[in-house]
Amino acid sequence: MSWHLSSVAMLAKALEAKAVSSTELASHFLARIQAGGRWNAFLDVNPALTMEQAASADRIRADGKAGKLTGIPLAHKDVFVTRGWKSTAASKMLLDYQSPFDAAVVERLGMPSEQNPGGAGMVCLGKANMDEFAMGSSNENSAFGPVLNPWNPACVAGGSSGGSAAAVAAGLAPIATGTDTGGSIRQPAALCGLTGIKPSYGRVSRYGMIAYASSLDQAGPIGKTAEDCALLLSAMSHHDPRDSTSLADSGEDYGRYLNAAWDASASAAKPLTGLRVGLPIEFFSEGLADGVAKSVREGASQLQALGATLVEVSLPKTKLSIPVYYVLAPAEASSNLSRFDGVRYGHRTNEYRDLSEMYKKSRTEGFGSEVKRRILIGAYVLSHGYYDAYYLQAQRIRRIIAADFQTAFAQCDLILGPVTPDVAWKFGEKSNDPLQMYLADIYTLSTNLAGLPAMSVPCGFSQDLPIGMQLIGNYFSEARLLQVAHQYQQATDWHLRQPSEVL
Amino acid sequence: MQWEVVIGLETHTQLRTASKIFSGASTQFGADVNTQACPVDLALPGVLPVLNRQAVEHAIRFGLAIGAAIAPVSIFARKNYFYPDLPKGYQISQYEIPVVLGGHLEIVVGDTTKVIELTRAHLEEDAGKSVHEDFIGPHGEPSSGIDLNRAGTPLLEIVTEPVMRSAAEAVAYAKTLHSLVVWLGVCDGNMQEGSFRCDANVSVRPMGQEAFGTRCEIKNLNSFRFLEEAIQYEIRRQIELIEDGGTVVQETRLYDPDKQETRSMRSKEDAQDYRYFPDPDLLPLVIDEAWIESIRSTMPALPAQLKQQWQDAFGLSRYDAELLTQDRATAALFEELLLILGKPLAKAAANWMTGDFASTLNRAGMSAADSPLNASHLAPLISRVADGTISNKIAKDIFADLWKEALEGQIKSTVDSIIESKGLKQISDSGELGTLIDQVMQANSAFVDEFRAGKEKAFNALVGQVMKASQGKANPQQVNELLRKKLS
Repeated sequence: MSWHLSSVAMLAKALEAKAVSSTELASHFLARIQAGGRWNAFLDVNPALTMEQAASADRIRADGKAGKLTGIPLAHKDVFVTRGWKSTAASKMLLDYQSPFDAAVVERLGMPSEQNPGGAGMVCLGKANMDEFAMGSSNENSAFGPVLNPWNPACVAGGSSGGSAAAVAAGLAPIATGTDTGGSIRQPAALCGLTGIKPSYGRVSRYGMIAYASSLDQAGPIGKTAEDCALLLSAMSHHDPRDSTSLADSGEDYGRYLNAAWDASASAAKPLTGLRVGLPIEFFSEGLADGVAKSVREGASQLQALGATLVEVSLPKTKLSIPVYYVLAPAEASSNLSRFDGVRYGHRTNEYRDLSEMYKKSRTEGFGSEVKRRILIGAYVLSHGYYDAYYLQAQRIRRIIAADFQTAFAQCDLILGPVTPDVAWKFGEKSNDPLQMYLADIYTLSTNLAGLPAMSVPCGFSQDLPIGMQLIGNYFSEARLLQVAHQYQQATDWHLRQPSEVL
Repeated sequence: MQWEVVIGLETHTQLRTASKIFSGASTQFGADVNTQACPVDLALPGVLPVLNRQAVEHAIRFGLAIGAAIAPVSIFARKNYFYPDLPKGYQISQYEIPVVLGGHLEIVVGDTTKVIELTRAHLEEDAGKSVHEDFIGPHGEPSSGIDLNRAGTPLLEIVTEPVMRSAAEAVAYAKTLHSLVVWLGVCDGNMQEGSFRCDANVSVRPMGQEAFGTRCEIKNLNSFRFLEEAIQYEIRRQIELIEDGGTVVQETRLYDPDKQETRSMRSKEDAQDYRYFPDPDLLPLVIDEAWIESIRSTMPALPAQLKQQWQDAFGLSRYDAELLTQDRATAALFEELLLILGKPLAKAAANWMTGDFASTLNRAGMSAADSPLNASHLAPLISRVADGTISNKIAKDIFADLWKEALEGQIKSTVDSIIESKGLKQISDSGELGTLIDQVMQANSAFVDEFRAGKEKAFNALVGQVMKASQGKANPQQVNELLRKKLS
C-alpha cells in the first residue's frame, strides 16, 4: 500500500474505517525510514518503542477511545527532548544524550496516560535531523551530516527543520514537528514542497524544546496539507504552566474555518470574497529570483480568483530584520548554550589540566562552527560597552518592525509573499559564506521578531524544485491563515505533487 | 589624622518558601547531596524557569515593612558566568529594575537611634555548592564535588546606602534586619545554614572629606561576630595602609575567622563581564495595587510600632518594650497575656515576661517560640498575685513547678491546683494574721523593744519573722499595717 502518499486526514479516515491499523502504518513507515537512509532525515529510531506505541494506539481504538490523531505516526525534530530516543539537537555536544522527560509537544502528541491525559495518541517514528541547535538554513550544520532534498539529492532540504521536511517529502513520515526561530519551519517546507505553519509566539509550549533563541523560538507542524497542519497544531497548542511565555488561552480548533467562506458576502465559487491580501513591495524587489516571483504572484492571482482583493502594502524595515535577528538570536543563544559546559552531561573533553581548560576544550570540541560563530557574536553584543549599541538598539528596531506589520494589517487581512528568495540550492553553494546564508532568511525573520503566525504553502516549481508562498497573519489568526491555505489547496494541486523518488 | 569609616551592607536573605524560586524542588535544608535538584535546577536541555509567587510575596512584605516602593514592573535578568555550581551558566537575578526600591530601617546603637537608608532589594536564585575538600572522584582521584540542593533557592538581596559609620552600626543594622525578616516570616534567620549572609563594603576617608575612599567588599559573613571582626580588621588594615603611604585597591576580600583577618579574593581588574540582559524565558514581574494591598492586609504589626505603642499605653520602659519585641513569639505571648488579663495588668505581665520567664528561657537556651508554657499557664499566675491570693515570691515558686512539669513533658497542675494542694494561699484574714503577729511579738520581744526605742530596722526584722512564721503566705502589706498598729 502507498500509505506514505496519504495525508494525515486520509490516514485518520482509514484508521477509523479499520482499513489499516496503527501497527501496520508504523511498520510501513519504519520500513521506509530504513530504506530511505540516503536522505539522512533521521538521527535516531527505536522500532521496538514505535511498535509498542502503535500497539497501544490500536488498543485505544479497540476500546473506542480514539481521537482524531490516535495511531497516526509522526517524526519529531531532534530539538524536542524525548524519553526513549536520543535528544541531540544534532550536536556532538549531546551525542547519546537521553532525556529523563518528554518535551511538552512530545507529551501532547504522544500516548495518553494517567500523567498525560491530554495525549493525542500519535506514534513516534523517531527523531529528525536538523541544523545543530536549530542554527542554520540548509541543514548542512548538523553534526551528523546534511539532509538531502527528496526533490533533488544534490540540493539542500533547507533548515533548520530539514530532517522534518525531508522525512515528510520523502514519504518517511506523514507529518513532522519542527521549530521556527527565523524561518526554520517555513523555509524547509518551501524548499521541499510542503505546508508548514509557525504559530503566534506563545501558542505552543517551549518546555522540553532545546532553546536556541527563547524570545523567537516557536514550534509547529510540517505536513502535506493545510488541513493536516490544522489537525496537528490543534493538538500541539495548549497553555503550559511550565512555560512562562505560554499563552493563557491557547487551546482551540485551528481547523474550524477550513471549509468556511471568508465572510457572509462570499459565494461558493468565490469563497474568499472579502479577504484583503497585502503584497509588501519590499518582498517583491531586488534579490528575488524570477521563477519564485512569478509563482508567488500566480499564487496571489489564484486567491484573487477565489474572491480576494489584492492590495499593495509596505514593510519598510524588512531589510533591517537581518541585522536585528543576528544580534538578538545570537545574544540569547550565547546564554542559552552556556549550560553545555561538560560538567553534568554532554560532551566532556578527555584530558584537561584545570576547570578553565575543561570548559574550553569541551565546548571547542562539542560545538560546530556555526554554533561557535553565533555564541561569539552573542557574547560580543551583550558585552560591556557594546550592549546599548547592539542589543538595545536591536530591541528598539524589533519593536518598529512589529509596528510596521500593524500598519500593514490596517490595510489587509493577511500578507502574502515568497518564503525564500530562491529555490533549494546546491550543497556547499552558500556554506562558505555565512552572510549569503543569512540573506536567504530575509522574508521569514521579521515574523519571528514580531511574534506573528506565518505559513508556507506550495505554489509552483522552478528548475523542477518546489516554491513556497508565505502567508503572514496578525496575532492569533492561525485558523484564518489555515483557512486561506486550505481554500487555495482546494483550487490547486501544487501540494499534491510528490518527488518521483517517492512514487 | 582622624578617619571616618563608611560601610554599606548587602545581605542575602534566604526566603522562606517550600519550593525553589524557579522550580518545584524542595528547599529543605540538610537533605542528602543532590536529592533536591530537579531537571530545572540541573539545567537539563529544554527546561524553563517558572517564578515562585510566594517568593515575590515575601519581597513585597519586606518592602512594605521598610516603607519602600514596590516596583509595578520589575525585570529578571541573566547574569552570565561559568562555574560548576551554576548549572545554567547564568544566574537569574534582578538587575536594572529590582522589585523593592528605597526604604529605611531604624537602628539603635547605645543610646542613639539612627535611620539606615536602603537602596534596593532584589530577587535572585542561589547557586549550588562546590565541595573541594576531602572529595574523592568516581575513579578514586582527589576531585571537586557539586551539590545542587541549594541551586535555585530564593534569595532577597537587600542593599543599603553607604551610611554606616562603624562596625557597631553595621552589626546593629544586621541584627535589626535579621529580627525584622524573621519577624515578618520571610526568612527563617538560620545563619548557620546560610539563610542570612552579609557582604560588607568598607572604606575610610579623612574626617570631613566628602569623596568616598576606595572600598573593599568582604564577602559571605554569616555571623554577627564575623561581621564585626571582619569590618574592624578591614578598617584597621585600610587606615594603616594609607598611613604607611599605600593606597587601597578596590577588590573583593574574604574573612578568615581563624586568623581574624581579611584577605584578597579577586581584584577589580579580574571583575568579570556578566553580560546582563533580560531573561527571555520570564515575563516582566507585574505587581498591581490589589496584590500589594492583599499582602498589606496580612502584615503583622511591626516591632517598632509595638514598641512605641506599649511604651505609650502601658508606661513600659524602652528596655522592656525592646525585650518584648525581640521576636514575634515573645510579642505574641505578651499580647495574649494582655488579652486574658486586661490592660490594667499590662505592666505586671511585662515584668513577668522580662523577669523570671525570660531568665528561665535563657538558662534553658530557649526562645519564646520554644517555650513549653503558654499564656494560659502564665496568666493565672499574674492574676493571682494581682488579686492578692498569693505573693510574688510564691508565684515564682509555682512558676518553677510548672516549668519543671512542662520540661518533663506533661503539665498536670494549674496555678490554682498548686495553690490549693500546697496550701499556698496568702493569709489575708486579719484575725488569723493578728494571732500570728502576737505570737511573733511575744517570741521576739527584743526587737519589739528596739523598735519602741526608735530603731526602725527592728520593724523589718519583725515583718521578716511574721513572713517566715507564715511560710511566706502572709500578705506583706497587711502584716505591715497590723504590726504597726499593734506596736503603736
